[in-house]
Amino acid sequence: VEAGTAGKVTPDVVIKRVIEALVELGPEPEQVHENATFEELDIDSLDMVEIAQILAQDFGIKMEPEDFEGVVTVGDAFGVIRGYVV
Amino acid sequence: MSGSAAITGYGAVSPLGVGAETLYERWCDGVSGLDGGLGKCDDFDATVAMSKKEVRRTDRFVQLAVVAYEEAVATAWPDGCPYDLDRVAVITGSAMGSMEILEKQHDILEKFGKQSVSPLTIPVMMANAAPAMICIRNGYTGECSSIMSACASGAQAIGHGLNLIRRGDADAVVVGGAESALTELTQAAFGMAGAMSESGISRPFDRRRDGFVLAEGAGILILEKPELAEQRGATVLGELKGYASTTDAHHITAPAEDGIASSRAVALALEDAGIEPEDVDYVNAHGTSTQLNDRSETLALKQALGKAVEGLPVSSTKSVIGHSLGAAGAVEAVATLESLRRRTAGPTVGLEDPDDGLDLNYLPDGPAPLSKRRQNGSANGSEPLTAISNSFAFGGHNATLVLSA
Repeated sequence: VEAGTAGKVTPDVVIKRVIEALVELGPEPEQVHENATFEELDIDSLDMVEIAQILAQDFGIKMEPEDFEGVVTVGDAFGVIRGYVV
Repeated sequence: MSGSAAITGYGAVSPLGVGAETLYERWCDGVSGLDGGLGKCDDFDATVAMSKKEVRRTDRFVQLAVVAYEEAVATAWPDGCPYDLDRVAVITGSAMGSMEILEKQHDILEKFGKQSVSPLTIPVMMANAAPAMICIRNGYTGECSSIMSACASGAQAIGHGLNLIRRGDADAVVVGGAESALTELTQAAFGMAGAMSESGISRPFDRRRDGFVLAEGAGILILEKPELAEQRGATVLGELKGYASTTDAHHITAPAEDGIASSRAVALALEDAGIEPEDVDYVNAHGTSTQLNDRSETLALKQALGKAVEGLPVSSTKSVIGHSLGAAGAVEAVATLESLRRRTAGPTVGLEDPDDGLDLNYLPDGPAPLSKRRQNGSANGSEPLTAISNSFAFGGHNATLVLSA
């Protein structure tokens, strides 16, 4: 996280933005919870690239598509993303 | 290879509204769907047929295709597809694909760099997204392809579908065309090429015509092998009897003024359908309202049809819906079928002063009743009527469909 924004960017802020992004991509808000799988939500690799772009744009977080390898549930993704917000 | 395909459903979205009946009825009422020099489908709402995610991941031309498909299939197969899904093919035409996402993402590349370019750019842009989306939504696993030959795309896609049926490659083929390329860049580019109307008025065959009016839309037809349609007791709405396509090999934008190649498309399509010029009861013209097309098309019809062209009803649907490029041939095939089924052809709206030498029966005064021109001794008024629908394109592509109903 870039200097100057670090004070405002907490894991919870980033996770909230990820949930908003997921809903923009298709699923209904009530479908998006930690145990939901990306397969159930019909979120694919193209969507994950878009989520990474949103995090880069909004928070300066630079993620690579490989970071999401092995990620099955929304909770798994939150775990990965939290690792970037310290 | 000969024989026809049964048409069991069709649908259209045009600047006159959503639905084939809306298109036909407003056309006959002389209503224009053109406003401000463009033909937009203002009544169109993709969300009636598609999920939020599908809408987000598709350009408007794909959405237009899906909505036209849903109308067509609701008539053809209200209880679901009656064929093995691997025996159903989908072939549609689009001249441009998505200009909108290409332009937008190019701006993003320039401003923010490649890391910000949407991963959806290519799948949204590509012309084959329309048939692919129809296959994905319905599970059709036969041939799926798109034809990108400018303003002949839709007609050529329909013709290709006919040949798939004839060859036995598919039991049913979803065919048609879709286009939505109304961006300022597209308008500027067609304008600079000298093809688009500066007055914003589409008036085919009129002395004052000054180019086509850019429009969007989609037309989709369901073709079935006639024997199979009969076996399942389908209601057959019409027949696609013939198709031919030729090329001017002349100029990248201008049609050949002698009309020889385009007249050959008409003549070969009649031959393909096994009919004579005297059997043609109506012509749905390409009729773009450009100086060059309307003159060369008139000449081509005279050459191909000979004396049979005298008095033959000829009209241009583009007079009310403008030119939807790769969708045009398909939307106009739908307009032609409706005209044949209702036995009344829509008019060439706005034609007041036919240009010198443009002297066919262009139906300037309103809808015209159609009747069997060649009486075979058994005429009782219920015999199928036959029409041809022309599409000519940048690149010199000429395509003619023969339809009956």
